[in-house]
Amino acid sequence: MATWTWFHKLASPPHFYRIAGKLLPWFAVPAVLSLAVGLYGGLVAAPADYQQGDAFRIVYVHAPAAWVSLMCYTTMAVAAAVGLVWRMKLAHALAAATAPIGASFTALCLATGSLWGKPMWGTWWEWDARLTSQLIMFFLYLGYMALRSAYDDLTRADRASGVLAVIGVVNVPIIHYSVYWWSTLHQGATVVRKGGPAMPPSMLVPLLLCFLGFTLLYAALATVRVRAEVLRRERLPTWLETSEGVSRAS
Amino acid sequence: MTTSTPLLLAAFRVLARDLKLAFRRLEQISHPVVFFIMVATLFPLALSPQPSLLRDTAAGVVWVGALLSSLLALEGLYRSDAEDGSLEQLVLCGQPLAVLLLAKTVAHWLVSGIPLVVVAPLVAASFGANGASFGVLMLSVALGTGVLSFVGSAGAALTLGSRRGSVLLSLLVLPLAMPVLIFGARAADLAMRGEPAEGPLWLLGAMLILSATLAPFGAAAAVRISLE
Repeated sequence: MATWTWFHKLASPPHFYRIAGKLLPWFAVPAVLSLAVGLYGGLVAAPADYQQGDAFRIVYVHAPAAWVSLMCYTTMAVAAAVGLVWRMKLAHALAAATAPIGASFTALCLATGSLWGKPMWGTWWEWDARLTSQLIMFFLYLGYMALRSAYDDLTRADRASGVLAVIGVVNVPIIHYSVYWWSTLHQGATVVRKGGPAMPPSMLVPLLLCFLGFTLLYAALATVRVRAEVLRRERLPTWLETSEGVSRAS
Repeated sequence: MTTSTPLLLAAFRVLARDLKLAFRRLEQISHPVVFFIMVATLFPLALSPQPSLLRDTAAGVVWVGALLSSLLALEGLYRSDAEDGSLEQLVLCGQPLAVLLLAKTVAHWLVSGIPLVVVAPLVAASFGANGASFGVLMLSVALGTGVLSFVGSAGAALTLGSRRGSVLLSLLVLPLAMPVLIFGARAADLAMRGEPAEGPLWLLGAMLILSATLAPFGAAAAVRISLE
């Protein structure tokens, strides 16, 4: 039982608010550092690709954004499921805070993918499997946020959108593979594949740093947003008044 | 204690009730069909009446039309029952809600999906598709509208308690419906080209089984949330 107390403690808003405030710099500072080093390494220091020239450098934003968009959806669905099963308000707050971040990263991934498509395929938009499934992912995020905003009551919004997130996550692999089956024109995976990555270290290390940086950036953004979400839900609770010196406006 | 009704009998009664209600209001059945034919009419007007072009797009047009009109029909799946309180009675009656909602969804598919299955060959024929493909086309529409009914029943239940229903319902269900569209249109297209279409049909069948198994539980959870 004792091992679970941290979990229950985390579910209490004042405790979480404090912990998250302390954790925030530990996410934000490494995020900025690894993004600075990774983006410099990728956009300036890495050699140009022999085939794609300098255009390949967009991968340093594109691929990590795609990764974070997937991770956000999974996080959102797991948080929503935890919230539904254990009725943890904080888990719902995390799911609600994650959705706009995930949608933004998905949009970033789509935008960079389209920019990359112009020099490579000669069109801004190619109906290729990965771009299309990413687009459907974007629609899923929009649906989730639309459902949330359609409810006035926060508890019902939490639970209804939680059910949708769980239904969505069951569907994501089906959508992914059906879109693949439908068409594929995109280049094959280059980072995770059998026989090691098909990239020299001078290109790969900045890319991995960008992956790390984007993930940490998500963690930092999520921490800020969940803290704000907790505040919004509690509307100046008494513990905040006493511990942080904030006065209740009345 | 009241005497309890066996589960299958209760589910059958829900099914029979919904069918009876639907046949008393025939426009509920006919409107989606008319909508389907209208959507199909838009394509030759928007593209061009050239027969070769229409023949190439026939499968896609039939499927987009079927998808949109079954989405339109979804709106009425729970709405009237929620308004007159009978959905609440289903929740309270003590039978497993998921099974009752499964019965409701099957009834909905019978009155909204089957008419589309019947009309689909007519639309395909007007686009110049060959008659040999109609069997596969009807089967794909039948399986596909089944999946759409199940996935959509969860979506319709989620939007019940919200302020704005119908556009929101489309936003939720359309991304989930895209695999159905891919395989359904592909099966119909293969059949129209005279090629074997078993692959996509089996996949549609698998999706139907999966959605019929899981979606009623999602719908039951959503109905409970909406009626709180």
